[in-house]
Amino acid sequence: MIKYIFRRILWMPLLLLMVSLIVFGLGTYGPGDPVEVQLGNNYDEKTAQRIRDKMGLNDPFVFQWIRYVKNAVRGDFGESYVFKNRPVISLLLPKLLVSAQLNLIAFLIAISIGTPLGFYAAVHYGSAKDPGVVISTLFFYAMPVFFTAPLMILIFALKLDLVPTSGWGGVFDKRIILPAITVGIPGSAVFVRLVRASMLEVLDSDYVKLARAKGVSEIMVLWKHAFRNAMLPVITIIGFTLAGLFGGSLIVEIIFGIPGVGRISLDSVYSRDYPIIMAVVLIGSTALVIANLIIDFIYTLVDPRIEMQ
Amino acid sequence: MNKYEKNVSSFRLFFNQLSRKKLASLSIIILMLVYLTGIFAPLLAPYDYTETNLLKTQAGPDFENWLGTDRLGRDILSRVIWGIQTTVIVTITGLLTGSLFLGLFLGLLAGYYRKLFDFIVMRSGELVSSFPDILLIILLAATLRPRITQFIYNIEEKFNFSGIISSGVVDYIVIGVALLPLSWFGTMRLIRAQVFQIREVDYVLSAKTSGASTMRIIFKHVLPNVISPLIVTSTFGLGAVALSEVMLSFFGLGVQPPRPSLGAMIADVTGRGGASVSVLTNHPEQLLAPIIVIWIMIFCWNIIGDGLTDILNPRRN
Repeated sequence: MIKYIFRRILWMPLLLLMVSLIVFGLGTYGPGDPVEVQLGNNYDEKTAQRIRDKMGLNDPFVFQWIRYVKNAVRGDFGESYVFKNRPVISLLLPKLLVSAQLNLIAFLIAISIGTPLGFYAAVHYGSAKDPGVVISTLFFYAMPVFFTAPLMILIFALKLDLVPTSGWGGVFDKRIILPAITVGIPGSAVFVRLVRASMLEVLDSDYVKLARAKGVSEIMVLWKHAFRNAMLPVITIIGFTLAGLFGGSLIVEIIFGIPGVGRISLDSVYSRDYPIIMAVVLIGSTALVIANLIIDFIYTLVDPRIEMQ
Repeated sequence: MNKYEKNVSSFRLFFNQLSRKKLASLSIIILMLVYLTGIFAPLLAPYDYTETNLLKTQAGPDFENWLGTDRLGRDILSRVIWGIQTTVIVTITGLLTGSLFLGLFLGLLAGYYRKLFDFIVMRSGELVSSFPDILLIILLAATLRPRITQFIYNIEEKFNFSGIISSGVVDYIVIGVALLPLSWFGTMRLIRAQVFQIREVDYVLSAKTSGASTMRIIFKHVLPNVISPLIVTSTFGLGAVALSEVMLSFFGLGVQPPRPSLGAMIADVTGRGGASVSVLTNHPEQLLAPIIVIWIMIFCWNIIGDGLTDILNPRRN
């Protein structure tokens, strides 16, 4: 166990180093010249040369990469090309906060709708209620965000005039309602499917059969024996959803005009302001890798049957 | 029971079981119709996707243009049909390159050879999956396009012909490459796990002792056993591939105008920067047409995938 943890923790920085190599490579060899992005099309060669020297763009790739990683570890992702002299991290932090808030609310919506529905479907396995729930979730799951977002705006903002069409005002502002639901609906479908599948498996297990045979009341069987064990695989998804706070709401942020990570990443791709998108991808990857590690540990702590290899 | 016999017939059994699932069969039929529409787009579409009629822009549905026209007076029905063709091309390339070629191939080899090869393949898969996938796709599509265009341009120069770039093939290559990391690892891991099991089975061991070559064992004995799981992961994967193309084109990083894509059509209406209120209220059909097609496709893929998982899951049988 300790050996396994040790190996995983040792492997993690190596993995992130490779991630940074790919990201830095794409950013460096991608289209556009950082000097041109900063100075516009008409620049004189002398100034350009000076900036290149200052930014270290004339150094060999490997040196640039090592310098980038060194700084990134200390939380310094360089300066934005477009927003002059603004460190990337100070640009990103407020956006990260916005996206995290939106996704957290969406996540709460998803789990509070999805879990009971999945539970319900599994308990009614074999009757018409189960496929009913499953197919209607698939129906919503398949709905592209492109669809739900404009549809929500059309119905609740334009026709019923309940909320504004777009904008951002934090968690306690009513403008969060539509985007959070839009992100939450497909998310809840994931939980329905997961909880259902997991419950079905547990309900079929020997210990549930034994509990029933002992004459434990059905509510106790479902709650204490089945549901608690069935939630185990759900932990995985919770971890990944929380780690995926970056990419998940990209389209929704764009359509609802929310100033989150999605918006700024995409803008930085359009304007070739690579330090920003590079930082977003790196931070996102780090979050994913760490979440992955934590999930594995929680898993073994919660379920002693799982052995680490 | 002889395992080999069971596995040969399992393929037919699989289709028998599938045909008993009504909703899944219906979904397959619908998807086939959608694919046929895409393949025969040049015959089916009433207008060309570039054909504009500036005297009749933002028009509602009528007999001339069944779904109306967009802001440039282009027929929406035709653009949807051509857009489906884009989806068809992208999903089929995705299937061939990502799932079939890389996923199956690497999975078979990693499962069979294990050791160093397996280690490298698994670690690179881990590397790819530690990226936030949407962002990686966007980053790849944005940075690789000029390189790929330049590459094709050089080829055209060298062999002295033209037409590849103007035909829009570059878009498909860019999308295909950007989506590659998304699709191969899941298939590969599954196939690898299957091979792990199968390589210890008696008939494989006996084939080995009787001197069959490695390639023969992989393709004759192992491959037929992994086809069913391959189908399942591929179906699930295709929905994601289709949706990713729509997303890339929505962001303007996938299929470039004037070539049509369902994603680009949605972007036209919602205005990419946010929902365009006037078009939404006055001409919702411009948005609904591409979106409903996507919705139906994803829905069908999921139903089929669910049906297949149900059939192939040994616990349910």
